[in-house]
Amino acid sequence: MTTQARAERETLGEFFLRAPAIGPALALVVAVVVFSVSTSTFLELDNLSLVVEQSLVVGTLALGQTLIILTAGIDLSNAAAMVLATLLMAKMLTGGLPGIVALVLGVLVTTLLGLVTGSLVTRVKLPPFIVTLGLFTILTAAGKLVASGEAVPVAPDSLLAWLGTRRYLFGGIPVTYGMTLALLMYLLLWYALTRTAWGKHVYAVGNAPESARLSGIKVNRTVLSVYLVAGLTFGIAAWQALGRVPNADPNAYQLGNLESITAVVLGGTSLFGGRGSVFGTMMGALIVTVLRSGLTQLGVDSLYQDVATGALVIAAVAVDRLARRQK
Amino acid sequence: MTPTLSARGLVKRYGRVTAIDGADFDLEPGEVLAVVGDNGAGKSSLIKALSGALVPDEGEILVDGKPVHFRTPLDARRCGIETVYQDLALAPAQDIATNMFLGRELRRGGPLGLVRKLDTAKMRAEAQRVLDELDITIKSITQPVETLSGGQRQGVAVARAAAFGTKAVIMDEPTAALGVAESAKVLALIDRIRQRGLPVVLISHNMPHVFEIADRIHVHRLGKRIGVVSPKTTTMNQVVGLITGALRLDDDGQVTEVESAVQTGLSG
Repeated sequence: MTTQARAERETLGEFFLRAPAIGPALALVVAVVVFSVSTSTFLELDNLSLVVEQSLVVGTLALGQTLIILTAGIDLSNAAAMVLATLLMAKMLTGGLPGIVALVLGVLVTTLLGLVTGSLVTRVKLPPFIVTLGLFTILTAAGKLVASGEAVPVAPDSLLAWLGTRRYLFGGIPVTYGMTLALLMYLLLWYALTRTAWGKHVYAVGNAPESARLSGIKVNRTVLSVYLVAGLTFGIAAWQALGRVPNADPNAYQLGNLESITAVVLGGTSLFGGRGSVFGTMMGALIVTVLRSGLTQLGVDSLYQDVATGALVIAAVAVDRLARRQK
Repeated sequence: MTPTLSARGLVKRYGRVTAIDGADFDLEPGEVLAVVGDNGAGKSSLIKALSGALVPDEGEILVDGKPVHFRTPLDARRCGIETVYQDLALAPAQDIATNMFLGRELRRGGPLGLVRKLDTAKMRAEAQRVLDELDITIKSITQPVETLSGGQRQGVAVARAAAFGTKAVIMDEPTAALGVAESAKVLALIDRIRQRGLPVVLISHNMPHVFEIADRIHVHRLGKRIGVVSPKTTTMNQVVGLITGALRLDDDGQVTEVESAVQTGLSG
């Protein structure tokens, strides 16, 4: 009886539940194929390389956002923290500090901001939405104050611009250091989330906090560690941003927070916490840039691109919900 | 014989409400002890004290005759006392093996231990072994708990307790949410745990279930134990009478009717 029961085949729905990044990956493949067929330029290696490059900043923001959303939280301040860090780094560099010092201090700032958010969420028990909404407003203003409202250029040959300026050829495809770093970060967090006890605890805390507590998991400490790690990734996103455009602009990435949430949601991670994967988020970030790049090459106006992206988010969640209901 | 788990004179007050009022408790090795009582009799508070979920104001808890002080459920678990909560304390989105080892994951040894890698294969094998031993049938150890039936979920929670419990397993209303067939399976599961030599504390409202499985019945009323009876020599009606206070237990263990303090004028 036992063997008979075990021989039952896994249903398609169960497979998708177990491998939630499959859906977004398929969507990405479909988008790439459609644009490769409908345009003559999309499939060129340089264009593909550019698409990946364009997704790096939001992709890195979305990586930290994924961790936070897995704990049933949300971060509306991530892009503002990143922009502030780019300005601080650029200011420190122009002030004469070595690039490495500016970089480390900049990343330290976003990590500390993660600590502040995490502490307010776990100790004072404030909703993450409220905490980060407040921080978003504060940090946006802080960025403008730091820069006196003006952009601060970064020398393209400095360490701070390194992620975009340094590149090598991998099988004929131009690969920047930034792409390499982003891939390494995704691999590292994938490992931490799926192969370590910490990762299991992050999912459990988001999925069933009371069960996690009764199982002996230190819920507050786990959530705090997530905000810290996420803060660190937002600092590295700042480095990626200076690699993309070696110019720290207080008005840049104003929608970065929402774009990172879009990537997470398109990647199949549940806003209710406890379900999702970083590879889903990687797919989500790529889908958005592929869509924009492809539509641009088809001559579609950027406002219609926004419409398409927004519709895609709603469709993705609807498909996910329907798939679950069917089970 | 030294009781595996016992309590003497436990008191817990919440403001002016006394939830536990000098309660005693004894779980003998290898037995299934049912704890019965009306709603508000203080069963839950007693069980919470025994499982570390609340700290009593007075009294002592003993494991194998030695006093212990539980401040958190983790303390009780470290002593080998596992609790199956009524809501099961499972993470539905995570798989069975992950749930069984949640909070006490096994890590790989050697160089992989340095990167804190989990020993997933060992945890899955171990989880499967315990489920097989308790005859709990599931499709795959890697399926999420949310894909299981209510009885299977109960089975996973019980198996987790049985796997890690070395002294005792406490179960809070394990059949309350289940149908007839699934309840029977859970009762059979309790029996198998008893056969493995692990004593079980069973909190239940369901008299037929209590009489089917329990070796002894601890009757709780108004915050304390009013007696322990045997299901072999006591009837269900008598136990219900003890719970409601209509009957009382004499010093010689006989169940007698309580004389009404107020003459109703109806019976005489």
